[in-house]
Amino acid sequence: MPGKLKVKIVAGRHLPVMDRASDLTDAFVEVKFGNMTFKTDVYHKSLNPQWNSEWFKFEVDDEDLQDEPLQITVLDHDTYSANDAIGKVYIDIDPLLYSEAATVISGWFPIYDTIHGIRGEINVVVKVDLFNDLNRFRQSSCGVKFFCTTSIPKCYRAVIIHGFVEELVVNEDPEYQWIDRIRTPRASNEARQRLISLMSGELQRKIGLKVLEMRGNAVVGYLQCFDLEGESGLVVRAIGTACTLDKLSSTAAFLPACNSPSKEMKEIPFNEDPNPNTHSSGPSTPLKNQTYSFSPSKSYSRQSSSSDTDLSLTPKTGMGSGSAGKEGGPFKALLRQQTQSALEQREFPFFTLTAFPPGFLVHVGGVVSARSVKLLDRIHNPDEPETRDAWWAEIRQEIKSHAKALGCHAVVGYSESTSICEEVCILSASGTAAVLNPRFLQDGTVEGCLEQRQEENLPAGCGFCHIPYDELNMPFPAHLTYCYSCRKQKVPDVLFTTIDLPTDATVIGKGCLIQARLCRLKKKAQAEANATAISNLLPFMEYEVHTQLMNKLKLKGMNALFGLRIQITVGENMLMGLASATGVYLTALPTPGGIQIAGKTPNDGSYEQHISHMQKKINDTIAKNKELYEINPPEIPEEIIGSPIPEPRQRSRLLRSQSESSDEVIELDLSHGKKDAFVLEIDDTDAMEDVHSLLTDVPPPSGFYSCNTEIMPGINNWTSEIQMFTSVRVSRLSNINLTNQTLNKNFNDLCENLLKSLYFKLRSMIPCCLCHVNFTVSLPEDELIQVTVTAVAITFDKHQAVQTTKTHVEKSLQRASTDNEELLQFPLELCTDSLGPHPFSPAKEHLESASSNSGIPAAQRAVSVEKASPLTEGHFRQRSAPACANSTVGVVKMTPLSFIPGAKITKYLGIINMFFIRETTSLREEGGVSGFLHAFIAEVFAMVRAHVAALGGNAVVSYIMKQCVFMENPNKNQAQCLINVSGDAVIFVRESELEIMSTQQPIASCQPACGGGEIAT
Amino acid sequence: MTNELDIFVGNTTLIDEDVYRLWLDGYSVSDAVGLRVRSGILEQTGATAGVLQSDTMDHYRTFHMLERLLHTPPKLLHQLVFQIPPSRQALLIERYYAFDEAFVREVLGKKLSKGTKKDLDDISTKTGVTLKSCRRQFDNFKRVFKVVEEMRGSLAGNIQQHFLLSDRLARDYAAVVFFANNRFETGKKKLQYLTFGDLAFCAELMIQNWTPGAVDSQVDDMDVDLDKEFLQDLKELKVLVADKDLLDLHKSLVCTALRGKLSVFPEMEANFKNLSRGLVNIASKLTHTKDVRDLFVDLVEKAPGPLGSLHGHAAQLPPAHVPRLRPRSPDARPACPLLGPAAKGGGGRGIPGQPRSSPPRSARSPGPGARTSRPQPPSAPGRLPPGPGSGPSCPVEWGGGGTGSRAGQGNPAPRGRS
Repeated sequence: MPGKLKVKIVAGRHLPVMDRASDLTDAFVEVKFGNMTFKTDVYHKSLNPQWNSEWFKFEVDDEDLQDEPLQITVLDHDTYSANDAIGKVYIDIDPLLYSEAATVISGWFPIYDTIHGIRGEINVVVKVDLFNDLNRFRQSSCGVKFFCTTSIPKCYRAVIIHGFVEELVVNEDPEYQWIDRIRTPRASNEARQRLISLMSGELQRKIGLKVLEMRGNAVVGYLQCFDLEGESGLVVRAIGTACTLDKLSSTAAFLPACNSPSKEMKEIPFNEDPNPNTHSSGPSTPLKNQTYSFSPSKSYSRQSSSSDTDLSLTPKTGMGSGSAGKEGGPFKALLRQQTQSALEQREFPFFTLTAFPPGFLVHVGGVVSARSVKLLDRIHNPDEPETRDAWWAEIRQEIKSHAKALGCHAVVGYSESTSICEEVCILSASGTAAVLNPRFLQDGTVEGCLEQRQEENLPAGCGFCHIPYDELNMPFPAHLTYCYSCRKQKVPDVLFTTIDLPTDATVIGKGCLIQARLCRLKKKAQAEANATAISNLLPFMEYEVHTQLMNKLKLKGMNALFGLRIQITVGENMLMGLASATGVYLTALPTPGGIQIAGKTPNDGSYEQHISHMQKKINDTIAKNKELYEINPPEIPEEIIGSPIPEPRQRSRLLRSQSESSDEVIELDLSHGKKDAFVLEIDDTDAMEDVHSLLTDVPPPSGFYSCNTEIMPGINNWTSEIQMFTSVRVSRLSNINLTNQTLNKNFNDLCENLLKSLYFKLRSMIPCCLCHVNFTVSLPEDELIQVTVTAVAITFDKHQAVQTTKTHVEKSLQRASTDNEELLQFPLELCTDSLGPHPFSPAKEHLESASSNSGIPAAQRAVSVEKASPLTEGHFRQRSAPACANSTVGVVKMTPLSFIPGAKITKYLGIINMFFIRETTSLREEGGVSGFLHAFIAEVFAMVRAHVAALGGNAVVSYIMKQCVFMENPNKNQAQCLINVSGDAVIFVRESELEIMSTQQPIASCQPACGGGEIAT
Repeated sequence: MTNELDIFVGNTTLIDEDVYRLWLDGYSVSDAVGLRVRSGILEQTGATAGVLQSDTMDHYRTFHMLERLLHTPPKLLHQLVFQIPPSRQALLIERYYAFDEAFVREVLGKKLSKGTKKDLDDISTKTGVTLKSCRRQFDNFKRVFKVVEEMRGSLAGNIQQHFLLSDRLARDYAAVVFFANNRFETGKKKLQYLTFGDLAFCAELMIQNWTPGAVDSQVDDMDVDLDKEFLQDLKELKVLVADKDLLDLHKSLVCTALRGKLSVFPEMEANFKNLSRGLVNIASKLTHTKDVRDLFVDLVEKAPGPLGSLHGHAAQLPPAHVPRLRPRSPDARPACPLLGPAAKGGGGRGIPGQPRSSPPRSARSPGPGARTSRPQPPSAPGRLPPGPGSGPSCPVEWGGGGTGSRAGQGNPAPRGRS
């Protein structure tokens, strides 16, 4: 009997009219948890009922607490007929189960109905009294924290990173039960929503148990997915990384040293630059490093952070005791031995993290991926998870062996996905093979001298690029050179990874979003034949996607891809491949050669001319891109000999040749013997098309950048304005003459136009960067392609480049003072705002003051009230910010990133994992498919925000829309959509506030007003 | 390949002010796209027409969804579906409730009924405002009217509270409601020269001085209807024309008050009898609903005087005064309400010097000769002409200062009691 759940229903507002006669509603509420139900009194004739109920108490097992959602149903009382349901609220009480997260859930929740959408709001208070349970055989795992964030959460420190946890549960899909034929769509949708909520609770509990078994206390990078298999069932599966986390003390958390990661990575080296004395004893005192422990947010003492820099500064101060070139080999071997032992105990040495504590990642091998095609109707025992478990185990095994082949013992940035069409299912897994530092994988006992030296000797910023595999025994043909920054170790010519750019990596210029898009027609077929056809197509698709990525990367003048995500989607008559990644220029890797076009019939004069024309275009594009992304690597005198690859190996049309140095690409001549270029041989129209398509990608308009990683390489002066958005497009292909070419072009256009639209929509935010651009493709029907994009636009300061000489303290002081000035400039407004009960008065005041300031003659001023607003919009945005504090609805930010620019996350409140179904039988009346989905997505956002606000949070980080399944039947005027979203609810505090708090006590009272305002973006 | 579905949803709802304006103006999506293309946005941003189309559709869809909430602005503040910064919410509401001068002049004083709504096509053709926009404006009037019609308390205050409008706009709506409720005829050709600002100014003064709310701030419909008792009392003003002594007394009082403050003082003085008679005649008939409706027509038609020839011919006024007579800004609007009649009325009865110095409503001091009971004819000069001080006769007081708030200015004549 370990828990008591207490629920109080306070009030409702904006309820729909349920009684046409009186235009009012007689509402009451049912509160259900598990099998127990309580009811409030009926509040007669009101659209804003005040129930103010007693505390409804549920005494339940903690197992149930974890599995079950709290169900709140609002109904309209009807004396004569059945009560009409107005809508429901599901509340996941999981955040209340761990001690550090939220203590109470209290707030206004939208009342949601699967047919009508949001219908008013209800104010609910939920509390949990948890009793300690020491039962060793318990089935619950209360207290294990879950994070969607794929890095160590900001206010925690990783003590140990245990490794991979996964779980999978299966159930019958209510939509496919016989009873579905006779029940209403609403009942069916609700059954489904409830079931999934229950299954995710169960899944989370089971994963929690595994974590406890591993003696961890948290799951980071938790990714939960649904597979709607149809007849064979509904699968909920999740993967994550078990960790032992330590909360950083709050005093440290309030030091200005806490920063958004973008700043951190720049500033840490600078901090120490002016006073190199601090590490004079650096490499020679390994003892010092014993105390040193990493965590992503640097919020411990000065001492330890200086030891951080020992690591990063070693290359500058010389190689210390020995060159890594000599010692690297044995070290590597030893290291490998040690880590191997640490990892061998694990079945799958996988990590869902994409960003790591410094020092964790030693080498990166490259992307590993595996796919497998399965037939769902061949599952023996569909209600049991065994078959799926076996499938996934098989794939993971494959990934593991791929990683081994690359000389790596672990896989990082690991993720899994499925694509289902009828009875065919493609299971995919991918990750980045890597060598890890074992120190984080075990308890602190192994911290030996060896490792320390290893760390010291590894030059920062390029270590991860060095090949982990054996040079003589390479798993794939690659061209190796000596590292361009340390010159000691070998590096490949290009590097593909699924992780974020490591914070210590040095890049030149900015990054950019690179996408490869591909369609392949396939014959409609049944079962086995279909699966075979798909299996046969897959390798070709993978290959072409890879080629496209490579070409585009070269065209951008870059040499590495981060955050690579390849999605293959299966439809009735086609396969779609979409790969997104962020290209960067890593200083450690060689300069990419250009792209050369080789004609097949060199004797034809006009053809030759055409080719040379194309070549020129390509060269121009490369030059332009280099300028655009500010890629200007220093010329390094070439002195090293790349390990010779026996022969420029020919892989179909793709020739790879020696790439040694890079002279200006523009100077490239057409001589075929030239050694530094990537040769594209044009032998047929297909290849022509390919080259053309390479050149059709338009760069974003000036002031815009985009990437699919957390942060944009090369930009670090973010300002605080963020705008998260979801955009969905469904395109119908004209059925005539569908060929691979037209299909490719259509798909390409669809994606390009979507991006263009985004740039246009967000033009008011320029200069800004679209971060974490996440494309999802699905093929809901024969001729329909659905593309869903979720991303966040973040503004940055173009002019104020981060000044390298300025130490952080100076900067923060300066910032504090400017903030202060700003505040003092409008002290009156701040005060009146916080007093004024009317939310609009401030805005007006600002307007007035703005226009009177600007010296408009008084007589004309007033008439301009209306006209003035667009003009003074700038004022509006900045000055009217304090008005927010008065607004009754708190602003909740949402972002797919793990941080909020310019702010410090002070508390994680728990995971948000929500699943909604919306259905309509009056599609036209709701504005067609667009109107329907637009409203639904807006409602989903609203419900996420409401839950976060009820937990006491003001933002969702690592937000992700994992599923958006949209089905329509315009003939029947019907549509249905399923959406699954998740993220971490957090409380954040603006950095400016933190600083002011510490430096500006007198005006501290104005804080809330100003803070509330700044959130309003 | 066609896009069947194309949406963009931001965590913070994106609002493009230009598109909002086009939507409010009632343009269809394709017209709006055309207008945007012509504005040169494609060249500025390098976007394609397709992008613009999609963007416009998206905004229109958002506005369409917001419209339901805009009908009850407090809901917009409390709803959870659209996260909109307060300054933007204010902008949305203010723009949604803004109306066209041309349109409001057509509808002002008409019953806000279905019948009038049917005539909106004609109004649309006549004014050049799209039918859609006309409908929105008409529905706004009607909605505001319905909500505040039976409410206690200050009319403008109620409107502001329930529709979260700016002070300025709330007062304009108060005028619209007041006119609609009393059905004042304003559409006659003779009245066409009056702007909405002129009439709104009159409405404001009438609300302040002629309604039950002027005497008691806690009655129903206090600002919406005219005070019946007061209109009844006005009949007694006849004595001012009939009784020679009183006429002379009245004249001397008025002339004393106005001397040196009126540019047309000599004419006023010379014609005082005629002026007074005309106004008193109008005043005494106001007990009949029909005559109330024709108040403005009568003032223009039947109040004779030296300025009669200036009716509707602002251009003939001394050039120096003209700029001040045109409504340059909301605050400047009072400059010319009821150009002619007000001047005459003002000349005859008002105390033009009073307006600016008159105390605000709350601290009203008894006017000259005030009594504690119902104001008697000689003591109620300020009540009749709504805008005595605002005529061309005393532009100095009005045109010059735009800084003072209207609350202070718009109280030309102290009521007889407090």
